[in-house]
Amino acid sequence: MGELVSQETAGSVGDVPERGEPVEMLLNMGPQHPSTHGVFRLVLWVDGEKVIRAEPHIGYLHRGSEKLCEGEQYHQIITLFDRLDYVANFNNELVYCQAVEKLMGLVVPERAEYVRVILCELNRIASHLLFVATMGLDAGAMTPSMFCFRGRERVQTLFEAVSGARMMHNYFRIGGIKEDLPDNFEQLVADLLPLLREDVGESDRLLTFNEIFLARLKDVGVISTEDALDFGLTGPCLRACGIEYDVRKAEPYSIYDRFDFDIPVGLDGDCWDRHYVRVQEMYESLRIIEQALDQMPSGDVASSLGRRLIRPPEGEVYARAENPRGEIGVYLVSDGTDKPHRVKVRPPSFCNLSAIEHMLKDSWIADVVVILGSLDIVLGEVDR
Amino acid sequence: MLYSLKGLWLTLVSTVNGFREPVTRQYPATGNIFKRREEPTPVQPRFMGFPALTWDSEVGEPYCTSCMVCIRNCPTQCMSSNMMDNPLQQEGMSHRRKIVDTFEINLNRCILCGICVEVCNFDAIVMSHEHEMSTYQRNGDRVNLPVLLDIGRKFQRENNWVPPTVLAKQKREAEAAAARIDAPEDSV
Repeated sequence: MGELVSQETAGSVGDVPERGEPVEMLLNMGPQHPSTHGVFRLVLWVDGEKVIRAEPHIGYLHRGSEKLCEGEQYHQIITLFDRLDYVANFNNELVYCQAVEKLMGLVVPERAEYVRVILCELNRIASHLLFVATMGLDAGAMTPSMFCFRGRERVQTLFEAVSGARMMHNYFRIGGIKEDLPDNFEQLVADLLPLLREDVGESDRLLTFNEIFLARLKDVGVISTEDALDFGLTGPCLRACGIEYDVRKAEPYSIYDRFDFDIPVGLDGDCWDRHYVRVQEMYESLRIIEQALDQMPSGDVASSLGRRLIRPPEGEVYARAENPRGEIGVYLVSDGTDKPHRVKVRPPSFCNLSAIEHMLKDSWIADVVVILGSLDIVLGEVDR
Repeated sequence: MLYSLKGLWLTLVSTVNGFREPVTRQYPATGNIFKRREEPTPVQPRFMGFPALTWDSEVGEPYCTSCMVCIRNCPTQCMSSNMMDNPLQQEGMSHRRKIVDTFEINLNRCILCGICVEVCNFDAIVMSHEHEMSTYQRNGDRVNLPVLLDIGRKFQRENNWVPPTVLAKQKREAEAAAARIDAPEDSV
């Protein structure tokens, strides 16, 4: 795995270095490494235990999603968006549907909006539970992952009952949703919410303030507010730096302006803050779901387009939404046909990952995994 | 120190509590140590497994007329089919002029999105509950018409399948009847 570096210090390999003289060693982390959360390669130049330079290499999961979109009809593209961020499928579907709806000026039925919000917030909880589980594993804690996966499994069973699939749902439609919720949905969610609150609470109590966990995460991977803004960090990574920016509040899409929830922010912008912001967000999501369930009207959920072929007018549109990982944006150019001319995604993971080079500089090699894990990247979205 | 002990207490409590029913198990088995079942967890009613073709048992032929709408709408182009004149229609037993001759789905390409079911005009295709269909051959998951119909018949039998268009019609009629009861003076 390790290999003596040779580009810059080619002559000195094999020589005994002077005391205090830095010796660079090149270390490949990934692409096949359990802690890179996917196929991601990180080249580290290390001097002893200190990381001098880090260089991320991406593209191992590149599937050409954006190009594929140009060859698919509008209703088929939803399946591609499911596969971008594959732990937050509903959120991805939502932002794409919103982009097309904005272009066509469609009004979504009220009930469909509530269904979308409930499912998206449940998906946010499932995604953050997975983050807490992997954060624990990255820091060396095995037990929380068991508790978190149990909670996530419950959410996914609910998703299966609603959409027919645990992960790649293809449930949202342009202008509505596929079919109405199952009859016992309200009961299912009412049963699920206390259990989920307990799961979130248990993982929180187990991990967040644990002394070992604090020692591993506090003041590790600190990024200043200015740098975070410069790198374009969004989502929990930005909020951990103390900036209260959430697309749900800053530019409320869908029906998020009807709910009362807070935006948790961190203080120092270190790994622990990024963890804690996400834990708090799960409680806020639970609050949103409870309010949405109370307010949910009855009525139609299907798109007003029916089964007509979707042909948006010529033009371009940018829609954005708050994914569990940050702000996702979809830029869509239509030429008036049944297939888009261009679809560009602004993936939150990709932009968050761009800061890794800066964050890893001068950190310890033992912290690399934790810093990378705290960014919560999903490679399906980074590489697209 | 305090929070570490709290964490240990939590794990101790959950161990004692439960022997709470375990969540993860070795695959086919479900249940807990006291009541162990050797079949996997049942799927939800809406579960989308591999697509299959339905069988019209009233006439004794597939619903599918090979109109190609699912094939044109498939995001991954995993299907192909051929059409033929319906021999039963010539004998006057069926109202379908054309009928499916061959139908092949490459289940390795299928992404289980359910678009084919949504666009079908003839209730001919369903997302079955079949999900354990791995094979050792590279192209072993290309299934033809008889296999698709077999899976479809099994699905219809086990789920008391009613064609979606019939369901929609029943719903419309029920709504119309309800509207008549609600507003009898309007209908007169």
